[in-house]
This record gives sequence, C-alpha cells and structure tokens, in this order.
Amino acid sequence: MFIRHEWFEKNALLLLIGSLLTISIGGIVEIVPLFTIETTVEHVEGMRPYSPLELRGRDIYVREGCYLCHSQQIRTLRDEVERYGHYSIAAESMYDHPFQWGSKRIGPDLARVGGKYSNDWHYAHLKNAQSLVPESLMPHYAFLAETPLQTDDIQERMRTLRTLGTPYTDEDIANAKADLLTQADPAADNAKLVGRYPKAIEASGDGKTVTEADALVAYLQMLGTLVNFADTNTERLRQ
Amino acid sequence: MPTKIEKDAVSGRDTTGHEWDGIKELDTPLPKWWLYTFYACIGIAFVIFFLYPSIPYGPGYWHGVLGYSQRKMVDAEVAKLTAIRKVSLDKIGSLSFEQIKADPQLLEVAMTDGRITFAENCQPCHGAGGGGHIGYPALAAGSWLWGGTLDDIQQTVTHGIRSGDDDARNSAMPHFGADGLLKPAEIQQVADFVWSNFYGHKTEGQDTSAGAKIFAENCIACHGENGEGNRVVGAPRLNSHIHLYGDARETIVAQVTLPRQGVMPNWNHRLDPATIKAVTLYVHALGGGE
Repeated sequence: MFIRHEWFEKNALLLLIGSLLTISIGGIVEIVPLFTIETTVEHVEGMRPYSPLELRGRDIYVREGCYLCHSQQIRTLRDEVERYGHYSIAAESMYDHPFQWGSKRIGPDLARVGGKYSNDWHYAHLKNAQSLVPESLMPHYAFLAETPLQTDDIQERMRTLRTLGTPYTDEDIANAKADLLTQADPAADNAKLVGRYPKAIEASGDGKTVTEADALVAYLQMLGTLVNFADTNTERLRQ
Repeated sequence: MPTKIEKDAVSGRDTTGHEWDGIKELDTPLPKWWLYTFYACIGIAFVIFFLYPSIPYGPGYWHGVLGYSQRKMVDAEVAKLTAIRKVSLDKIGSLSFEQIKADPQLLEVAMTDGRITFAENCQPCHGAGGGGHIGYPALAAGSWLWGGTLDDIQQTVTHGIRSGDDDARNSAMPHFGADGLLKPAEIQQVADFVWSNFYGHKTEGQDTSAGAKIFAENCIACHGENGEGNRVVGAPRLNSHIHLYGDARETIVAQVTLPRQGVMPNWNHRLDPATIKAVTLYVHALGGGE
C-alpha cells in the first residue's frame, strides 16, 4: 500500500491533516462553482435590478410562500417551452436573493407571467382566485389589497442588496421612495421611473395608499419580460 | 501492524491478524464481481465527465467532447415539432378565414390549436367556453364591445384593448363623477333611467324624465339614443340583458362615477399570427360569432 494506515493511526497530527484534506474536497466541489459564477450567468440585454415597488412585491411573494406552489423556472423541456415560453436562463435570476425557482407546481409556472393578464385580473385573482378560475386551489389573499405596504425601509433593503452585488446606484437609492410611489399610482408621470427601470409596469393603486397587492402586482407584471429573447439564441447564450 | 496472520481452522480463511481477548477477525474480502463493478462505475464516471459538460474551472467549465447541451436538445425538439406544424400553420396564416372554413381538415387543425391556446391564455379571464366573468366579457354570449366578426376578433386578440400596443383598441369613458361633470344626484337620476329603461327594471309610476334628459345630453354620443351602444368606440350596448359589470343598479352608478377601464393584453408578443387566427376561429365558434 502507498499509504500506511499505521502512520495515521499512530500520529494525531497527521490524522488531523489527512481528515482536513479529505473534507475540504467536498467543500471545494461546492464552493468553486460560486467563484466562476460570471461564466454561468449569460450576458443578455435587458436585465436590471428590481424597481423599489417590484422589490417589495417580491418580498411579499417570498413572505406568503408563493414559491411553495409556483415555480419560476421554465425547464428545457418541449412541453414547458410550448406552454410557458422561452426556457429560463440564469441571468434572469441574477438579482434574486434568494432565487424563486421553486420545486413544486401546484399552480402554474410564473417565470413569464408578466403581461399575460391585466392588472385588474391580478387584483381580482389575488382576492379570490376561484371567482375567475373555478377549479383553482389558490388561497384567498384579499388582505393584501387592504394592507398598507411598509415603505419606510425601502432604502435599507436596497442598500443591503447592494452589498450582495445588486448594482443599485446612489441615485436609485435616493429616489427609491419616489419611484415606489410613482409605480403604485397609475396617474403619476412615470418617465423617470422607466428611465431608471425600463419596462416597469405601473400597478393600479388608488393613488393614496400603496398596498401590498400593488407591490405584488407590479412584481408579477414584470416577471420574465426583461430579456428580449428575439435578439438572442441558444448559441449566443452559451458561455 | 498485524503480525499473526494465520489460517482459521473452521472456515479455512486467513485472519486479519487482529486479536482482542482471544477473538480473531476473519479477513473476508469483497466479492470479486462487486469490487470490479465498483471500479468500473468509477471508470464510467470519468468517461461521462469526459463526454459531457461536467467540471467547472477558472474561466469556464468543461463542455465535453460530444457538445451536448440540454438547450440545444429542446431547440431541436421544438424545431422538429414546428416543422410538422408548419404545413398547417402556414396555410392557416396565409389563407383567408373563408378559405380555412372551406377546408374541413384544416379547420379541424385550426380549431384544435385554437382550443388549446384559448385554454392556456384566454380562459383565466374569459372563462371556460368563453362564459365570461364580471368585468371580463362573455365571448359566447354575442354581446360584443368591439365587434364579433372574425376580423374584429382577430384585431382584438392581436393588439388588445388599452394594452399599450400602437394599434390597440382604445376608448375612455369620461369620469363623470370623479371629474365633477355630473353631480351625485344627477348620476343617481341617470342610473335610474338606464336601469329602468335599458336594463329592464321598470317600476310602475317611476318618473325617469330627469335621467333621460341627462342621458340625452351626455351619453347618447357613444351609447346611442336607445342604448344600443357603438362598437366603433367600444361603447357597450346598454339595452340588453348582458352587462359587463353585472346587472345591479349600483354598477351603473359606479361606472358613471369612475369607469373601470378593462385591459386586454395584446397577444402579438406571445402568439404567432397563425395561432392568433386559429384562436380567433375558435372564439368565433363559441356561440357569439357574427
């Protein structure tokens, strides 16, 4: 034998070093891919950080556990591409902390639900899903439209995400509250908002109180709409 | 180091040479077939590492010599399916509705495509079979806001209603109440008039002349003198029993005060023109087509 058991069994230090080496292999296998994340995330046009209202909507989405029934991941399978659209790519989750891929589909996949239905539909459907889809199993989230959105900490949330690598600029953070209110109010002028966050969809709030439903609808209406897949293909997505 | 390897008298095997209080351990090796299968599995793993995308390293990852990619696989599968469908979809896309209808086989393909597309995309709002919901028109009922001919439906599906598309159907009823164009009392009067005369809830001896006057001054331009509506501007017909927001008198008050402006997405960014034609044929055949 090349390695003699005896050396390790009779020498505590050698045993320790040997154990560390063995265990570190498992660690390296898990950690190294994280250092090469740039090579995993495709370079595509259109991805941007979440707008403040979308970000808060995403928080509601996570809080309510939407991911337990809805995935956000269109797999590279024919039937999924047929039903939901272009398969999901890593870049689409690059600003998700954590990602919302999910692992169960009691409800349909939501990766490209943005723009598929009207704002009104989303409000009505959140309130009482069965009123529109009789066979739906979705619980009622009527309280979302009655719960004012907590907006005071939006800047802290964005700063936290910045430390994790989301490229919010100082300007983005300074205007966070204004952007949030603009996006919630369909009557507001959204030129600046769309300048900072292209393709941001305004929610249909009442212009007075921003509710949690407003935030969630803004988030849902954005899902899967950012990357223009007409401009790219599998060959170009390949790293 | 074990030193006393000896042959066990009972089994005839070697011992490991370890001894604890007189108890000796037999050296029973793994069965050969198991051991070589195990080695072979390790070997096969390396072959698969070599053939397929596997190990990440510095600037990228090992792509594998076969060039396998799940994304390419699904592209190929979709392309295969598209090629099969192309024959019919090209015909549906290029022929007129009349020509499609004249070809029973093609019509069946179009109706099937339309039914599946409808179930996935349209049903959440318009209901199964186009039954509709409050706020979402019943397509099977034939009470069209923007017209129910095949061309009308195709236009609506393609560009949507208030969708932001350049060719979307747009209409905006004035906010009579919210913008102060009518006083609350006047809104009640006009609601009385519409509800009794057009919705068919006449009460004996009720005087709706005040409401009739307000209606004539403000509403007939779009909704027509007899509440027959105007499809050119998407003004709903009032003198029927099918109402987008329900039959209650309060809905008239609410709608005159601050009209709900329903939105239908434009589907040209999700569905190809031939599929839109197929779904048009399906919707037209639900029972309300003109």
